[in-house]
Amino acid sequence: MLLPRVIPCLDFRDGRVVKGVKFQNLRDAGDPPELAAEYERQGADELVMLDVSATTHERANQTETVRSVRETLSIPLTVGGGVRTASDAARLLDAGADKTGVNTAAVDRPEIVREIAERFGRQCCVVAIDAARREGDAGGWEVVTRSGTHRTGIDAVEWAARAADLGAGEILLTSWDQDGTRAGYDVGLLGAVSAAVEVPVIASGGAHTAAHLKQALDAGADAVLAASIFHDGEETVGSVKAALAEMGVPVRLPVGAG
Amino acid sequence: MSVDVVHIVRTGTANIASVMAAVRRLDRMPVLTDEPGVVQHCDKLILPGVGAMGATVAELERQQLVGVLRARLAEDRPTLAVCMGHQLLGRESAESPGVPGLGAHDGCAVRFEPGEGRRVPQLGWSRIEAPVGARFFTESGHAYFANSYCFRTVPEGWLGATAEYDGSFVAALERGNVLTCQFHPELSGPFGLALVHRWLELAHNPSPVPENEWRSTRAVAEVEPATPAMERKA
Repeated sequence: MLLPRVIPCLDFRDGRVVKGVKFQNLRDAGDPPELAAEYERQGADELVMLDVSATTHERANQTETVRSVRETLSIPLTVGGGVRTASDAARLLDAGADKTGVNTAAVDRPEIVREIAERFGRQCCVVAIDAARREGDAGGWEVVTRSGTHRTGIDAVEWAARAADLGAGEILLTSWDQDGTRAGYDVGLLGAVSAAVEVPVIASGGAHTAAHLKQALDAGADAVLAASIFHDGEETVGSVKAALAEMGVPVRLPVGAG
Repeated sequence: MSVDVVHIVRTGTANIASVMAAVRRLDRMPVLTDEPGVVQHCDKLILPGVGAMGATVAELERQQLVGVLRARLAEDRPTLAVCMGHQLLGRESAESPGVPGLGAHDGCAVRFEPGEGRRVPQLGWSRIEAPVGARFFTESGHAYFANSYCFRTVPEGWLGATAEYDGSFVAALERGNVLTCQFHPELSGPFGLALVHRWLELAHNPSPVPENEWRSTRAVAEVEPATPAMERKA
C-alpha cells in the first residue's frame, strides 16, 4: 500500500534558496544541499525544487544547484522552473533530478508533455498546473500561466485529464487562490482533478497545518506539497507527519522516530 | 582500485545520476560503461533503467549488450538491477509485447489495475517485508516505487520480497550474487542505501576474469568522479 507523501518545496534562484527557512541547526539556510539534506533527515518523502529565476542569467547556475543537491539527497527530486523543451528536461535529469516539472510551456505547447514522457518515461514528467476559480458565477477553475499573470480560460480539470493522456506521470496542482493564504488547500479543485485522472495528484497552495494536509488527502490527493509551513522552524516534516499519524493517516516516519 | 569501482550500464535512461550519487555516498567510484567486455566481466555491475521496456531493450541491443548481460547473469556475477532493470531480467513485459527480456527467469511483467483510490503509475513509498533466508534483503522497510508494470509471482529458484498495491507484487528478487529491485534503492533513503551496501559487501564474483582482459582504457577515461554527465540518445 502506498503511503501519502509529504513533500517540502524549496524555491531557489541563482544557486540560493529564497524565502528564508529558519532551521536552528543549519550553518547556511540559503544553501540548497544543506536544506535538502535537512528535509530528508526530517522524513520528507520527496523534494520539489522550483527555480524562480526571473532571468536566464540567474538560471545559469541551475544545473550546478541540482547537481550539488543530488550528491547529498537520497530521496526523489523534482525540479521545475523554466523548462521549455525536452532538452531542458534532459539537462535537469542529467544533473540528478528524478522528475521535471513543466507548467507554462505545456499549456503553450502540450506536445512537450508527450516528448518528455516518450524520451524519459512518464514517471519523469510532472505537469504543474496553476488553477484559479473562474470569475463570476460560472464555477469551475481555469488554468493560469506565467506566474499567475495570464488567465487562459482553459478548464483546469480538462487540462489535467489531457496532460495525463499526453503522458504526464503526475499532476502538481496549485490553487492560485489559496497559495500564500495559509488558509488550506482548495479541496474542491483537488477532488475534481483527482477524480478526472488516473495518475497521482500532488496538492499545493495554502497549507499551513497538518489538518490542512489531511483535508487534501481526504479530498483525493496522493501527496501534499508545502513550503511556508516549514519555514518558521516551529513545524518540521517530522512533526507534521507525527500529527498526521495521530489523525490516523499512515505515513513513513523518519528512521529513529518509530 | 578495482574493488572500489562499481560499473553502471549506460542505458541512456534517466536515473543514472541518482544511481551514481548513491554509489559515491557508499564510498565507491561509479563508472559508466557500454563496453560488452566490461559489462560481462566486471566485479560489480548496476543495471539501472527507467522508462519503457521496448526502448530499453532496443538501446541494449544497439550497444550489443544483450548477449553479454545474459552471460553475466548465467555466470552469477554480482549484478544489481533497478526498476526497469528488474523487469528486464524476465521473459517479457505486457508493456512491450514480443520484445524478449534477458530471460534470467520466466517472469512476465503485467500492468497494475487502476481502481478506487489507486493510481497508475504507482509513485511513492510502500512497505516491503524481508523474506526469510535472504542474503541481501535482510531488512524490512519502506522503499520508493515508480512503476506501472510489475511481476506478480516470485520465479522459481529466486527468493522474493513482496509488497502490496492492487494485490501482492514482487518488490525485489535475489539469487546468488544477483539482486533486482522494482523500487529505487538509490531514492529510498537510508533503507535503500543499506540494501545496496549489503549487496556491495556480500556479493562476490565467483569466476573472476583478469582485469586486463576486460578493462579498456576507454572505460577508465569515463570515470566521472564528481559531476556525472550522461550522454543521451534522443
